[in-house]
Amino acid sequence: MIKNKKLCLFLLGFAAIIFVACEKLLPGAPAQNELLDGPVEGLTSEENSKFLAGDVAFNDAIFTVENGLGPYFVATSCGSCHAGDGKGHPFTTLTRFGQSDTTGNQFLNLGGPQLQNRAIPGYQPEQIPAGATSAKFTPPANTGLGFLAALTDAQILANADPNDLNGDGISGVPNYISAPFFFVPQSFHQPLNGKYIGRFGKKAAAIDLLHQTVNAYNQDMGITSEFAPAEPGVNGVPAYPLANPEVAVNTVLDVVFYLRTLKAPIQRDPTNENVLAGKQLFTDLKCASCHTSEWTTGPSDISALSYKTFYPYTDLLLHDMGAGLDDGYTEGIALTSEWRTPPLWGLGLAKNSQGGTYYLMHDGRATSIEDAILLHGGEALQSKILYEALSDTDKQNLIQFLESL
Amino acid sequence: MDAVYNRPFLQAGKMPVSLGGYLETNSSYFQTDGVTDGLSFQIPRLTVFMASTIKDRIHFLTEIEFEEGGREIAIEFASMDLAIHPLLNLRGGVVMNPIGAFNQNHDGPKWEFVSRPIASTTIIPATWSNVGFGIYGKYGFGNFVWAYEGYITNGFDDQIISNDQNKTWLPASKLNPDRFEESFNGVPLITAKTAFRHRKAGELGVSWMGGVYNKFEIDGLPIDARRRIDLFAVDFNSVIPRVKTQIKGEWVWAFIDVPDTYTQQYGEKQQGGYVDVVQPILTRKMFGWEKCTLNLAFRFEYVDYNVGTFNETGGTISDHIYAFVPGISFRPSAQTVIRANYQYQLQTDLLGNPPARTAGFQFGFATYF
Repeated sequence: MIKNKKLCLFLLGFAAIIFVACEKLLPGAPAQNELLDGPVEGLTSEENSKFLAGDVAFNDAIFTVENGLGPYFVATSCGSCHAGDGKGHPFTTLTRFGQSDTTGNQFLNLGGPQLQNRAIPGYQPEQIPAGATSAKFTPPANTGLGFLAALTDAQILANADPNDLNGDGISGVPNYISAPFFFVPQSFHQPLNGKYIGRFGKKAAAIDLLHQTVNAYNQDMGITSEFAPAEPGVNGVPAYPLANPEVAVNTVLDVVFYLRTLKAPIQRDPTNENVLAGKQLFTDLKCASCHTSEWTTGPSDISALSYKTFYPYTDLLLHDMGAGLDDGYTEGIALTSEWRTPPLWGLGLAKNSQGGTYYLMHDGRATSIEDAILLHGGEALQSKILYEALSDTDKQNLIQFLESL
Repeated sequence: MDAVYNRPFLQAGKMPVSLGGYLETNSSYFQTDGVTDGLSFQIPRLTVFMASTIKDRIHFLTEIEFEEGGREIAIEFASMDLAIHPLLNLRGGVVMNPIGAFNQNHDGPKWEFVSRPIASTTIIPATWSNVGFGIYGKYGFGNFVWAYEGYITNGFDDQIISNDQNKTWLPASKLNPDRFEESFNGVPLITAKTAFRHRKAGELGVSWMGGVYNKFEIDGLPIDARRRIDLFAVDFNSVIPRVKTQIKGEWVWAFIDVPDTYTQQYGEKQQGGYVDVVQPILTRKMFGWEKCTLNLAFRFEYVDYNVGTFNETGGTISDHIYAFVPGISFRPSAQTVIRANYQYQLQTDLLGNPPARTAGFQFGFATYF
């Protein structure tokens, strides 16, 4: 009886220790500034529910042959290309093809603009048609897109200087895009000759996040919707419509809402003296001429996005990046050497979604931040030259600043 | 070895029909990187066995499983055995493919851990049973026993490379509602196992399961190449004399012919396994029950769902899990176990990004009846 009593006490004591220690034994949440995913602050409970629905559609919904994948595709889910909502990996880097002039893609009837480089079993993937030029696009991070979407065209145009009237060597050109049939202009859009300013994508070829999302479903995964009812054409076979959409309108809209309400990356260690020194160098080297640091949104239907100041480090405009980055392919009115200034926020966390290695620039060709800086040419050539002239300490401070973003 | 018949109900008497089974129930609290769904209570399975000796050396045995509170009801095993000779027995019906050890030895009351081994349930999709026929037998000499099993059955289907897990996932074939009715492609799955047991040292098993998993023609017209899946497994178990430490484990390698033009998301090679160490620390009468045992237990397991390198970079594909599971169990009888586990798991995605850290506690019991 005494032995049983001791055993009971031992078991109860053991259970008590586990109960008390359980908090210590369970993995806590990473710091918010170490993560790219998560919603913006201040969403209502209804908006949170919608965010969660979009999160599931974006990160958990896997497309298979049974639910519409392909037959030609690049990836099997949204999350495949944007792990943790961060930048993508060469594994899911996609290829677009077309031509080098700005007359519009002449290869749409031959499967353009996107190469579906994978296919379900029994099918052969698409090949780039003869005569087409191409470029590779590494998937971008998704974070903070809602803030960029909430800017007005007037704000973007305020930084445009197509003819370099201020003589600083930096132009900045908006890309004007023909809107798809489902595009609904907002009061802040300013069309030019029936076209609208693109603000998403490597060449700024997507006008808004619905445009971007519909294209991604259709061109990346071969998924049709009411917005894009045709399977992408491949290997000379034109696109063909399907009777029933493979993804529901609500699901597409949930994903758009999710993308709109993903939080902006949070800078780490912003008061570190090396980071502050690097930030000053960023301005001194005129990096900020294109990588505009600060913006403030106007009114938004999502109050959490209204009148918010944020720091994406982009001007959303096209810039000539020189011959080294000229892939001979273009979209909209962008020249082949012109690329939209990519946001730098979240740059330091890119490795956490790219398998521990940086894959930077539009096609992931740069495997370090310094490589990326040294690939800058064209309008950014002067900044690159100034960077090369820095001391090792200053270079390190600048990179430390960029990694803090 | 002998797992199917190594169950207590068979010793309950000599009635023409025997009835038994087991129940598993547990609670769990897990947290992944600070996010938890809270405390849950589960009844993962209630299994009913029925056996009958139809005539001398002609037996029937079935195992019907009610999983997740009855949401899924499955015939896991239903066979007729004809014992011609100890070296030659015929078996037909729904059989458990003898790949690895866990697939046939999966009864909850046999284990000190609430969760089943990851590799044994996600590479080998335990419990993996199919309709088919086969033979088995054993032969003893001195301290050794040699045994074998071989079956041809229905097999996998192409859901293993087209599923909502976004990875090569053999359990996906269990979702095929027709798999007990017809073969997906008409090509049988072959499973073979041989095992040696030394009466003191323990048992070592080697097994293979292979076949064509995809539909390669319809109405005689070819639609794809024949694509094979092959699994190889090694399993062992032993008890260290004197200290009575039980050690058991298994390791499995899977090779899947995935089209080169498909996505590398679906791996062509998988591997994984586990090692369980169970140390009895107290064996005596407790709380009025004779021969109770209090055990400490530890499991290490690893599974890699995609062994290979990226075509684009040459870098290693990750998609793997490490898990450590310490636990404590109390057996008031050999047929009943009350167990508490802590599990810590690191899961790395395909790209090798920082792993998701999951940890949690499980408490539950399992008992034969």
